[in-house]
Amino acid sequence: MMKFRFRRQGADPQREKLKQELFAFHKTVEHGFPNQPSALAFDPELRIMAIGTRSGAVKIYGAPGVEFTGLHRDAATVTQMHFLPGQGRVLTLLDDDSLHLWEIVHHDGCAHLEEAIHFQAPSRPGFDGASGLPSLAHITVVLLVAAGDMAALGTEGGSIFFLDVPTLTLLEGQTLGPDEVLRSVPDDYRCGKALGPVESLQGHLRDPTKILIGYSRGLLVIWNQAARCAERIFLGNQQLESVCWERSGHTVVSSHSDGSYAIWAADTGDSPTAQPTVATTPYGPFPCKAINKVLWRSCASGEHFVIFSGGMPRASYGDRHCVSVLQAETLVTLDFTSRVIDFFTVHSTRPEDEFDEPQALAVLLEEELVVLDLQTPGWPAVPAPYLAPLHSSAITCSAHVANVPAKLWARIVSAGEQQSPQPASGASWWGGALGLTPPLRSHEDGTVRFWDASGVALRPLYKLCTAGLFQTDCEHADSLAQAAEDDWPPFRKVGCFDPYSDDPRLGVQKVALCKYTAQMVVAGTAGQVLVLELSDTPAEQTVGVASLDLLQDREGFTWKGHERLSPRLGPLPWPAGFQPRALVQCLPPAAVTAVTLHAEWGLVAFGTSHGFGLFDYLRRSPVLARCTLHPSDSLAMEGPLSRVKSLKKSLRQSFRRIRKSRASGKKRTVAGSKLQEANAQLAEQAGPQDVEVTPVQRRIEPRSADDSLSGVVRCLYFADTFLRDAAHHGPTMWAGTNSGSVFAYALEVPAAVAGGEKRPERAVEAVLGKEVQLMHRAPVVAIAVLDGRGRPLPEPYEASRDLAQAPDMQGGHAVLIASEEQFKVFTLPKVSAKTKFKLTAHEGCRVRKVALATFASVACEDYTETCLACLTNLGDVHVFSVPGLRPQVHYACIRKEDISGIASCVFTRHGQGFYLISPSEFERFSLSARNITEPLCSLDVRWPRGATHIRSRESPKLSQANGTPGIILAPQSCDGSPDPICKEADTPEPPEAMLSPMSIDSATSADTTLDTTGDMTVEDVKDFLG
Amino acid sequence: MNRGHRHGAGSGCLGTMEVKSKFGAEFRRFSLERSKPGKFEEFYGLLQHVHKIPNVDVLVGYADIHGDLLPINNDDNYHKAVSTANPLLRIFIQKKEEADYSAFGTDTLIKKKNVLTNVLRPDNHRKKPHIVISLPQDFRPVSSIIDVDILPETHRRVRLYKYGTEKPLGFYIRDGASVRVTPHGLEKVPGIFISRLVPGGLAQSTGLLAVNDEVLEVNGIEVSGKSLDQVTDMMIANSRNLIITVRPANQRNNVVRNSRTSGSSGQSTDTSLPSCAPPPEPSLEPGEDDSDDDEDIVIEDSGEPRQIPRAAPSAESLQSLTQVELSFESGQNGFIPANEVSLPPVASGAGTEFETRAPDQKLLEEDGTVITL
Repeated sequence: MMKFRFRRQGADPQREKLKQELFAFHKTVEHGFPNQPSALAFDPELRIMAIGTRSGAVKIYGAPGVEFTGLHRDAATVTQMHFLPGQGRVLTLLDDDSLHLWEIVHHDGCAHLEEAIHFQAPSRPGFDGASGLPSLAHITVVLLVAAGDMAALGTEGGSIFFLDVPTLTLLEGQTLGPDEVLRSVPDDYRCGKALGPVESLQGHLRDPTKILIGYSRGLLVIWNQAARCAERIFLGNQQLESVCWERSGHTVVSSHSDGSYAIWAADTGDSPTAQPTVATTPYGPFPCKAINKVLWRSCASGEHFVIFSGGMPRASYGDRHCVSVLQAETLVTLDFTSRVIDFFTVHSTRPEDEFDEPQALAVLLEEELVVLDLQTPGWPAVPAPYLAPLHSSAITCSAHVANVPAKLWARIVSAGEQQSPQPASGASWWGGALGLTPPLRSHEDGTVRFWDASGVALRPLYKLCTAGLFQTDCEHADSLAQAAEDDWPPFRKVGCFDPYSDDPRLGVQKVALCKYTAQMVVAGTAGQVLVLELSDTPAEQTVGVASLDLLQDREGFTWKGHERLSPRLGPLPWPAGFQPRALVQCLPPAAVTAVTLHAEWGLVAFGTSHGFGLFDYLRRSPVLARCTLHPSDSLAMEGPLSRVKSLKKSLRQSFRRIRKSRASGKKRTVAGSKLQEANAQLAEQAGPQDVEVTPVQRRIEPRSADDSLSGVVRCLYFADTFLRDAAHHGPTMWAGTNSGSVFAYALEVPAAVAGGEKRPERAVEAVLGKEVQLMHRAPVVAIAVLDGRGRPLPEPYEASRDLAQAPDMQGGHAVLIASEEQFKVFTLPKVSAKTKFKLTAHEGCRVRKVALATFASVACEDYTETCLACLTNLGDVHVFSVPGLRPQVHYACIRKEDISGIASCVFTRHGQGFYLISPSEFERFSLSARNITEPLCSLDVRWPRGATHIRSRESPKLSQANGTPGIILAPQSCDGSPDPICKEADTPEPPEAMLSPMSIDSATSADTTLDTTGDMTVEDVKDFLG
Repeated sequence: MNRGHRHGAGSGCLGTMEVKSKFGAEFRRFSLERSKPGKFEEFYGLLQHVHKIPNVDVLVGYADIHGDLLPINNDDNYHKAVSTANPLLRIFIQKKEEADYSAFGTDTLIKKKNVLTNVLRPDNHRKKPHIVISLPQDFRPVSSIIDVDILPETHRRVRLYKYGTEKPLGFYIRDGASVRVTPHGLEKVPGIFISRLVPGGLAQSTGLLAVNDEVLEVNGIEVSGKSLDQVTDMMIANSRNLIITVRPANQRNNVVRNSRTSGSSGQSTDTSLPSCAPPPEPSLEPGEDDSDDDEDIVIEDSGEPRQIPRAAPSAESLQSLTQVELSFESGQNGFIPANEVSLPPVASGAGTEFETRAPDQKLLEEDGTVITL
């Protein structure tokens, strides 16, 4: 009867309407650093910066939070970008020789980046042959002249074409061929050789008719476009890489492929000039690599800057990624950890100013953006307010904490601020600074970083480093000291991207944070579980270490994996911030697979592939250890090696398969074409029976009890509920394993004395209450207890501090167990199945991530529903009602091939989620119709006609899907004070970004973000291979 | 011919039937009244009597008209044996302890006797491995063809009962292409096919699935548009009660029904026009009512607080739990006989008591059991 009614619900128009008010799918923002950047541009007038990527994405950044994103239709590399100054338009050149004009257009108060027009260079060889014109194939450089109305395109063939920018049409008849230039070159220089491709085009700041042209062969020409004649000619003989025209026009700097740069006087001497005034090889005398780009910036002090990339001695430092900054006698070689893409300086561009006076140098690297303050002595690095690389060490796990109390927020921010003044010493320990609401991201190097995810730009708040507690093999000090010994070239390590982890055992696997008590658990790869507490003052203290044998007395197993980390003994100094209180070491030291914290009870539970344990960190005593290994499971004990082995094996098999299929393919080609044709015909007729190559097969076999890895603990959960009888509720702990077992323990937690923080000295006790073996044996992904109203229980302290509605203890509780294959709700205390949904049986997909989320209606202010959001291995997101477990909506979210994206997904409590779209970027998506975080930015631009005031501002909002005004999330948007924003709207400049601490996610409701495992499993890989 | 005629004339008019019973190397001949064969128990006693083996447990079999050796172990098959015997009922008796169960079944006697069934079954010459059939009283379904009345005759819906057997399901599936009739003519569409049967597996032993059969539905859900991995996961998720609708590659063995034009079985006339797909039987709808196939095991603690003061001393109580776990491990494949549950080792926990609280009909179901500890 009931089921019949539920079934009908799908067609119920009222329910359908409600669903539309509750659920909507949007991909909203991309957080993080663009993956594989390939081009950089800066508009000094609007002070906005653009980054293009190899996948054809265009991203424009203004003041923190102002972001525009566009994507070219073809996934071609963006090779060059040029802003039309002050217009909010950008011209991009792709590596398929097409030009695209993008503009920021305003729609109902919100601006978007849109492609206006594009131009595809006619590249047919016959096109030019007939007309006798040089070919427009292979554009090498683009220069905007005449305030962006016209563009000059240099080509591989050595000719320069002119293009009308607003319409992107070729200006016929203005083309400048190499022959025309060659006419003014002396014969002995010409000697029958071509000039080569146009390497560089530079405009004159004050005289738009003049263009400086640099040819690959080394010839530099100052061309007067109005008079159509060469004004000056410099006969360079070294292969040219780039040129820079000093702002007065008196000096020209050229950089060359042999690592030298030359300075030419443009106003004195006779034309053609044969010799530069100065030619130096800064890192000579041994052969050097090319200087790819050189900039010359003048200062009022008379000591100009020369900034160039590359040019390192080929043999000794040829593999370094360097930018050198030279001012008078001061030379600093900025040593980066990733490839230099491009750089620019922020300087005066007003023609009437006499000097450049560079303020900052921004360097775009493959993995990060680094900004140096050129006005402060020592040229310190400026922490950029955004584009902070999320991935400075590989991300191993992510968690999102919503509704962070303002007090904790402020404390984390202040801890972060105390970190930031530290000099950027070791690359690995670069302190990120500033901040707001965390997703926590934990990293392979044993750090946990707190990021503010409330706004559009993800901001680093605080970085916690756990490595200091342990003795590791390689200490940082050594490598630093060595670096310091080399004084030539004067290397300086800059940037925070450090892909190399010191000790993989330090890697953080799981984190849990109690936002009311500021206590946190960090669990790592070597079975270490660290309980930390936020402290506002530095302290020196000894950390108590306890170890817990999860095997108990299981005999016959040996651990062949890594050893445990040895903690440093004795009192250790800890800076303000999270300071360790207790360390629990699981034995064997397998990676921790699940962790949960209950600060109210002072308990932390953790699980590995061998079992789980419960630890009372107030009394520093272990409470429980339970082995989850199947008696016949010997593989799991061997440590991570067994898993690697099996992966290796399966990889080998798949390679063999590929090779085999290639081999058989070859055989077929050897046979005559006639035979082939006949075969093909036969194949078509015979249908499915004729596949020659053994096709991919899948074995149909249910899970057996003794699968390896069956003992892996997948989730742990604390709840105050009815486990033993319906009359008394009490603390319980739940654990779910990879083989579909659920263990429930009743806990005896001595009640705290009223008002007192300390618990009496009685020990916590744990008694096994229930054991559930799911018949389908699929891994248990999440467990949650629902109260009498079918809502998830609030988090610890939420109810007692009146932050959430108290759970209904009258009605019968129920436990929701989500496995990889199905969801099931069981009644409590008698565990009998109430509702269920067999997702895999229905859809053939498996559950990867699950979370309970509260969805608020857009139509009705206070109507909310708690639903189960689930991400499958196919990358689809499904939403189910709770506790009815009826499917509500589903959306395609991630490509199913994107394993790491699926593995990295995290849901928030209000129906949003994050996943990695590249190693460096998080995509944020929203399932809720009401709770959306997306950039609603505007950029006031001066169009060629109608000059307006330049201002850019940000207003990230919780907006409704239909565009009606929502709740403003971050009040730092500039409604009250627009002026500071427009001043600070420049990208990397402001050393102190304006941040106002705010709690995010305005909706108030209690729910639980279930723990999800971020591990990539062998199955994932199989999914990908198959 | 001569003998048959004689007996037909002799005993037929009297309403009696000749019985020739073989035990070991000995034969006994006696007669029964065809109209009043009596009960199996009496017949069993009679056989023991005539062979003078009163206290020996034996298996009784008879040769049916096709020459198959079939068991007689209840009144029904005894009556069947008597009614079909023509003219002679040939009985084979084996001692239970040395019984060769593989002797029973189809074609078992053909090797010895070339009966004219060859004419009726042209394909029975192909080699078939011995099929092991367990004791008759342990019979339970391992597979069935269902929904024959609502499916097009070119399709076959097979139910495989995985539980209670040690046999693997034993088949593989692959991607392939299938030809469909569409409004635009013949069209090739991707499909899922059975690619391999594991020898000795459940799928092979049923004889209902074959290599290159196209899989159309899994537990009532169409597989078209789903990837191989999805279908694999669906099948595994349903593996305890797997219902596969296939289009057999070999269409010759189809059931010919009266409602349809006969003899069309060779053509794939149906080739799945959407309208052809019958509405799935209610029982097939997953999630609808499948409580019978998916009962999870719940072990409950008695609720008496057992002392687990800290990790190290808790070993003993954990040990007891381990034993409890082991005790149901034996029955984890589903059916847990009541007597087995009621006597698990009570190890250390003084307050632990076992009792079966599950209702009887639950226990009789072959999969899930609720045990209270």
